[in-house]
Amino acid sequence: MAQTQPQTHGGGLARDRELSRDSAEGRRLATAGEAGLAGLAEAVPLPGVGSAALMGERRQRSLWGDAWRRLIRNKLAVLGLLVVTTFVLMAALAPWIAPYKQSEVVDVRLARYGPSWQFPLGLDQNGRDIFSRLVYGARVSLVVGVLAQALVFLIGIPLGAAAGYFGGKIDNSLMRLVDIVYAVPQLLLVMIFLNLFGPGLRNIFLAIGIVGWVNEARLIRGQFLSLREAEYVNAARVAGAGNTKIMFKHLLPNSLTPLIVSMTFGIPTAIFTEAALSFVGVGIQPPQASWGQMVGQGSQSGYVQSDPHMLLFPVLAIGLTMLGFTFLGDGLRDALDVKGNEA
Amino acid sequence: MLRYIANRVFWFIPTTIVLVALTFVILKFTPGTGVVSEGTQTITRDQIERLEENYGLNDPLYRQFTTYLGKVVTGDFGESFQFRPQTVNSIIGRTFPVSLRLGAYATLFAVALGMTLGTIAAVNQNRWPDYLSTTFSILFYSLPNFVMGFLLILLLAVFLPRRGVDLGFNVGGIERWQDWVLPTIALGAAPMATIARYTRSSVIEAIRSDYVRTARAKGVRERGVVIRHVLRNALIPVVTLVGPIFAAIGTGSFFVEEVFNIPGMGPYFVESIVAKDQPMVLAVVLIYGLFLALMNLVVDIVYGFIDPRIRY
Repeated sequence: MAQTQPQTHGGGLARDRELSRDSAEGRRLATAGEAGLAGLAEAVPLPGVGSAALMGERRQRSLWGDAWRRLIRNKLAVLGLLVVTTFVLMAALAPWIAPYKQSEVVDVRLARYGPSWQFPLGLDQNGRDIFSRLVYGARVSLVVGVLAQALVFLIGIPLGAAAGYFGGKIDNSLMRLVDIVYAVPQLLLVMIFLNLFGPGLRNIFLAIGIVGWVNEARLIRGQFLSLREAEYVNAARVAGAGNTKIMFKHLLPNSLTPLIVSMTFGIPTAIFTEAALSFVGVGIQPPQASWGQMVGQGSQSGYVQSDPHMLLFPVLAIGLTMLGFTFLGDGLRDALDVKGNEA
Repeated sequence: MLRYIANRVFWFIPTTIVLVALTFVILKFTPGTGVVSEGTQTITRDQIERLEENYGLNDPLYRQFTTYLGKVVTGDFGESFQFRPQTVNSIIGRTFPVSLRLGAYATLFAVALGMTLGTIAAVNQNRWPDYLSTTFSILFYSLPNFVMGFLLILLLAVFLPRRGVDLGFNVGGIERWQDWVLPTIALGAAPMATIARYTRSSVIEAIRSDYVRTARAKGVRERGVVIRHVLRNALIPVVTLVGPIFAAIGTGSFFVEEVFNIPGMGPYFVESIVAKDQPMVLAVVLIYGLFLALMNLVVDIVYGFIDPRIRY
């Protein structure tokens, strides 16, 4: 995320409640709960992760089945899943859901018309339907979120993997680079890159991806550092597997769960970054609809007091999406038994 | 310990130089020199070239960089392209204290309220104060600060006054003391939630420890147990969070400042980026970067004093 703040293991709180409710049932939950209570203590080993490869195909399926059941039991996570699903559907089916096109002027004379039966969320300063623009804005958000995260993986995973697996000089030099990128506030860098490439959808996710890979690199490096000593790695090497095969066939699949969790936090971070950039005017340019840009327009002086609906609905859209992803991410972290998201 | 500090301070220098170099090169590759804002028609090609010559923009890159670095070391960031004839120093000198003030308020808010909420939640574990504080933590934690800011504005400065409940909050500005309240909450809410979460789990851990049972057994009253035994031990790890949080929000935030029309560094920086005002952008990046690096340095050193288990 942009404004760098120390990331906490949000799981702790949810787990405690879980623990008190059905402590009789889940022994795994109990251990997870205690780990949550230990709170500030050192990282607990990841039971599900380390042993997954040793399990047979049948057991492995039940690992995901277990995780799914645990996720479904968590009410907040289900709520998050619902919000995120709605958001994705809205983005995918935008042309069929939105009654108007994103930059279609419904009626200039009705500019800034408040919510009504005909226009449930009202019209904006140019007489465009706010609901339609929000639906199309979801598209921009989703595309930026997913593509930026893909780029983060594409850069961060190989670099982190190389650093963690080979160690030594490669690790040292890569981590120095990470330190330097880390020293600069990420938003600042994103803005400088946008300044270089110019605004627009493609450059935004490029910038977020190019800047954001450091967290993923650290995460993967840490995973590989601890996993590379595992016995199955030795076994694979004895069986004649090369470095590439060990890294991508053995180590990477075993780092899958933290990656999934980190993805559910990375995507909303990218979405938020895009919204924030578009809000201050260096992101998505009009007439393309974007939530952040709609916030920017609705917050222009004068409109806030007289026509708050122009500001309220885009703000709610961003807020709800963020909440949805956080609930889902927290739930996934508990369900997959991943400790912390500290990169 | 001394050696560790010296080492850290030494690393500070190359990091800074790389930081400046990176920004410098990127800005130089940006099309347009930004000497004249786009759309200015009254100036001739000839005059632009003379201006660029004056600013040394035609020298080779390395020369420009060393000249710039030389000036920066003496604390001179040059003249802003955009707000000429104001110098960057005067703009920063005016706006930085505003940002810092907002950041300091937000940090204080986050620490004070976060520790209080976290403690209340822990002492009442699994009762309604706990659930309430947990719910608020999750809400505050997941909402981006500018969303938070606008929600506060809409609720407290627009909708409630319409219903006749006017608490005296404005849409923006910093003229009156009330104007600082909403931006402080908007900026401090997320770190507040973080601190509350950490405090809660830390206090719960302390409550279950042997020395607390001993204290209870020897008849210390509940209030005394919580304050003298639980909090004293539980808050040490939480205190270490204050540093990184201040490093992150101590210089305010572009977005919160933009939302509330606060004349801090944020809005100037955004404008400078758009206008390719190189001296401004470089100065702001340098100040933010230095601030962050310096705070991290201080935090690392302070850790060593607070927690004797850490030895370098």
